[in-house]
Amino acid sequence: MSTATIVKLPPQETASLPKRSYLNSEYGLKSWLLTGDHKRIAILYLISITFFFFIGGAMAGLIRLELLTPQSDLMATDTYNKVFTMHGIIMVFLFLVPSVPATIGNFVIPIMVGAKDLAFPKVNLLSWYLYIVAGIFTISALVLGGVDTGWTFTTPLSTHYLNTHVITAGLGIFIAGFSSIFTGLNFIVTIHRMRAPGMTWFRLPLFCWSNYAASILMVLGTPVLAITLVLVILERAIGIGVFDPAKGGDPLLFQHLFWFYSHPAVYIMILPGMGVISEVISTFSRKRVFGYTAVAFSSVAIAVFGFFVWAHHMFIMGVSNYSALVFSLLTMLVAVPSAIKIFNWAATLYKGSITFETPMLYAFGFMGLFTIGGLTGVFLGSLGMDIHLTETYFIVAHFHFVMVGGMLMAFLSGIHFWWPKMTGRMYPEALSKLAALTTFIGFNLTFFPQFIVGYLGMPRRYAAYPPEFQVLNVLSTAGATVLGIGYLLPMLYLTWSLKYGKIAGSNPWQATGLEWQIQSPPLTENFIETPLVDHEAYDYEWLAHQTEHEVQTVG
Amino acid sequence: MHFISPVLWQFLVNWLTHFALFPPEASEIAPYTDSLYFFLVLISLVGMTVVVLLVVLFSVMYRKERNPEPTQIEGSTLLEATWTIIPLALFMVTFVWGALLYFRIYNPPTNAMNIYIVGKQWMWKAEHPGGQHEINALHIPVNRAVQLTMISQDVFHSFSIPAFRVKREVIPGRYSTVWFKATQIGTYHLFCTQYCGTLHSQMIGQIVVMTPDDYEKWTNGSTSGASLAQNGERLFASLGCSSCHSGNADSHGPSLAQAYGGKVQLANGSFATVDDAFLRDSILNPTMHQIAGYSPIMPTYQGQVSEEGLIDLVEYIKNLNSNYRVQQTLTTSTVQSTTPAAPAAGQGMVKQ
Repeated sequence: MSTATIVKLPPQETASLPKRSYLNSEYGLKSWLLTGDHKRIAILYLISITFFFFIGGAMAGLIRLELLTPQSDLMATDTYNKVFTMHGIIMVFLFLVPSVPATIGNFVIPIMVGAKDLAFPKVNLLSWYLYIVAGIFTISALVLGGVDTGWTFTTPLSTHYLNTHVITAGLGIFIAGFSSIFTGLNFIVTIHRMRAPGMTWFRLPLFCWSNYAASILMVLGTPVLAITLVLVILERAIGIGVFDPAKGGDPLLFQHLFWFYSHPAVYIMILPGMGVISEVISTFSRKRVFGYTAVAFSSVAIAVFGFFVWAHHMFIMGVSNYSALVFSLLTMLVAVPSAIKIFNWAATLYKGSITFETPMLYAFGFMGLFTIGGLTGVFLGSLGMDIHLTETYFIVAHFHFVMVGGMLMAFLSGIHFWWPKMTGRMYPEALSKLAALTTFIGFNLTFFPQFIVGYLGMPRRYAAYPPEFQVLNVLSTAGATVLGIGYLLPMLYLTWSLKYGKIAGSNPWQATGLEWQIQSPPLTENFIETPLVDHEAYDYEWLAHQTEHEVQTVG
Repeated sequence: MHFISPVLWQFLVNWLTHFALFPPEASEIAPYTDSLYFFLVLISLVGMTVVVLLVVLFSVMYRKERNPEPTQIEGSTLLEATWTIIPLALFMVTFVWGALLYFRIYNPPTNAMNIYIVGKQWMWKAEHPGGQHEINALHIPVNRAVQLTMISQDVFHSFSIPAFRVKREVIPGRYSTVWFKATQIGTYHLFCTQYCGTLHSQMIGQIVVMTPDDYEKWTNGSTSGASLAQNGERLFASLGCSSCHSGNADSHGPSLAQAYGGKVQLANGSFATVDDAFLRDSILNPTMHQIAGYSPIMPTYQGQVSEEGLIDLVEYIKNLNSNYRVQQTLTTSTVQSTTPAAPAAGQGMVKQ
């Protein structure tokens, strides 16, 4: 490659993958399905969330195709309702929530803190099995005829007025919840108790901090979702009156309970992604993250404030004006730590020595799109503005900028970044840069028009819409096809690279994290001897010193 | 172009003729909402520009070719304070501005005319006090404050008029209100924006803003013959309400004359304002607001009166200035109990 790069690969003619690694320590399906190794579980998760991502993506494709024309002509409105419901449920609960923590986090957090595994390897495996059971429930709801509640399960629609597989889907999400509670619990205990000697809290990579914050949200928030779903199921199955006003229930109670989890869930999804961005930006600008403590504490601040903003989903639902006031104020406050992070990442670039490998391109994409997503969140947090914008395509565009533009970009950034560590091989650089660019362009073309059509008033979840909104919807659908290609590409070339990728060596990026100081792919026990940590995170001088004085051993 | 691809050509024409960034500004509030929107777009543009500029500038200046050796920097409290305080200040401005707008949109003026809306899967029913009923349409006069008192008879719906920049959730079992003052004559979209099942996307309608004269004509032309209060009166009699709420000193229930808008003391000692919601709750769930000095003997009317019927009753009680009418109804209804087929009120149905 002609441009400057930090990639340092071993000489390919002589290089070989290590003889022993977690991938070849044992063979056979059983050795994978009964493994306690966090790295193998991460791979299991990676395969399963990819599967669900593509199902959810196919649903998104169907939605965009239906919306190509103003009439509801591709499918019946009931089918359309089922399709967007499934898209939401699969993407939120089976893809976004577990994406970074359960795959990348599972793989690298124990190594980052210098441990041999997570604190509870069997609980870790259990959480994957729960995830699979949840997936089976969700897929059966789909196969048996679908569910059309919307991913928000609004009562009393979900408990009384629909005749679809609400209980099956609800149980699926209930079980998926426990899967994420166990993952969160495992991370919290691991980060508290299993740090290597010398690995103090403020020497932890920021990826650990952000996953720690997300884990707290998972452990404290998810049980509320679980009990809410149990109540929905009970009301539906045996008719207890909790949410249905016809039975003496309070429908607003459901909104409170649901959003008490589902707003923090947004941070469960985005915080680990922010962790990825911290690692990537630091590595590719060869600099310590600007204001490490501010970035670390802003993660915690987001987690704490994140619990007290749920009613901003209910500004138009007749909550008292004064409580709306409080929740709007808190919403403004939770936006500040995100702003701090963005500026700190930008400042990290200052006086760095920057190279532009694929993970960095995805990280830049994240910064741009997440900034738009965050700022439009301020629009929606502002009380009077929210009245016009909520429940329209504006809000759809907003959370796709945060979740897809932000989180998915971060996930892809992380996957490319740690791919050499996970597999021992490099992905093809030129093709992956093309994929990053395609994703970015496709994403903007898909979702930017939705801000406009939202301000014009087009409601979300409409199978048919007034003809004057068509142009913007056609743009959006066109963008979605580009976006789809952007997502298919990595799927193809990453699979290709498993066999044909260049041998990566232990530290292709010259990164500082402990995971880069061991062989790729790592040994089952990660470290031959417990590492002693005597330097800060992102200490590139220490790294330079290490490489000078030590012969790298590969294999 | 249209030789190459007629579809693309049509698309282009469509784009050029229909492109809009804003819905029509057709209410008094709309310009206020739009100015907050402009402010927010502006600070977003500034914020975006700063971030993009920093990233691009640093990427160019400090790329590896130009700057092979990085300079390590811990951080800077001053800088971090700057980019904490400036966004915080801007967000606070947004908060105050948004809050003022919110209170403006959701606090109706006292002189607003009231129209009732009942939402159901999948239609909007509008009930004008004069007895005009509409489905999926709402006719209103221009330049007059209109308040909607809304309720759903099944699931959550949401009443949204983008051209007016107002929207409010329509909730089962609970009245919610919204108000607006239309400023432009025309026809505008009405959407249900809360997902409500199969035909959610067809729960749409038209808001027709008319000149006062046209509105007058429309009102006279569309009346069903009996006002909501008159319907309420019949219901009041047929449900037997008048036997206890007759206003006589020895009656079992409290007098309802001029009760609306006042304060009553409840059995638990607290005070409550008699509004639409209070009346509705008291009909369906009488023990909810047990009034001091009366025994809890009133039966529930849950399941016996439709939401429209409840609106009629509320409207009747609202307009009840004296008990004279109640007592009159009482006499009429006793007389008529022998001839139940005859219409309760004397006048014939005047159809347009």
